[in-house]
Amino acid sequence: MKVGVVTFPGSNCDYDAYQAVRAVLKEEVEFLWHKSSDLLGSDLVILPGGFAYGDYLRAGAIAKFSPIMDKVIEFARSGGLVMGICNGFQVLTECGLLPGALMRNEHLRFSCKFVHLRVENDSTVFTQACHHGDVLKIPIAHGEGNYYHFDDELKVLEDSGQVAFRYCDAAGNITDEANPNGSAHNIAGVTNREGNVLGMMPHPERVVEDILGSNDGMRIFESVRAAVAAASGLVKS
Amino acid sequence: MSDNKKAVVHVRLKDGVLDPQGVTIHKALLQMGYDDIQSVRTGRFFELEISEKASDIDRKIDEVCSKLLANPVIEKYSVEKLG
Repeated sequence: MKVGVVTFPGSNCDYDAYQAVRAVLKEEVEFLWHKSSDLLGSDLVILPGGFAYGDYLRAGAIAKFSPIMDKVIEFARSGGLVMGICNGFQVLTECGLLPGALMRNEHLRFSCKFVHLRVENDSTVFTQACHHGDVLKIPIAHGEGNYYHFDDELKVLEDSGQVAFRYCDAAGNITDEANPNGSAHNIAGVTNREGNVLGMMPHPERVVEDILGSNDGMRIFESVRAAVAAASGLVKS
Repeated sequence: MSDNKKAVVHVRLKDGVLDPQGVTIHKALLQMGYDDIQSVRTGRFFELEISEKASDIDRKIDEVCSKLLANPVIEKYSVEKLG
């Protein structure tokens, strides 16, 4: 598997994603500069966390006009695998590859802590190494992660299995107390209708070895690796 | 003296979308004793200076708003043209 990690001006989790893939997953990985128009044959493109273009205007609003994003959008529309983490999730909603929007946290504070996520759909490319109801321990670090969409659109997401992860307590219960930012339906991650694009606010690339407090992030990277290995027919960039 | 035109764009959250900043400001106002103020909604504005030679400017401003200045999922905008 070959992974491309996009670096926007202001990205700050690009090295974490790079190291998770290279040092722990032991797969090929390249940085993709925001001014480039070449995805270098990636099987998976990661839009990492950070503050692309300083989050000016709105988080992700300027990043969507980067030259690399034209290629990422084209790749995603042709079925290529794209994963946005935190700021990357914000970019994906801004450019329309994922539904909804990420608003200021309801309590207005930046939140940096471990949370628990319940796997809601284990049949996606990104979660197939998990089981429905599994609880993953993964950290968040964001000020604008409050997932919002209209009620009728949320129903569409729910009905079509596009909710990949929900914030929960350690036992897997979906509660208001376990919701760190006010997200609708405790949503922590969604996929597009086709299932080849995932956005999530928590950072799986930060928890890939026990020494980091959890290795649950590997479940997501391993899911993608298995999907890429199984389907040589998957779209290559 | 330039004859450039100006337009002011106001962007705000759609009705019904929770505005945590507005709520917090409102709470502060109540604490300060301004209990006649019933609610606060926040937003932002942009001043666009537009070349006097520009054509089809209404359409262009509309594009600028919907493609960049506002996120149509959560925000609405209004345009006020000056001069």
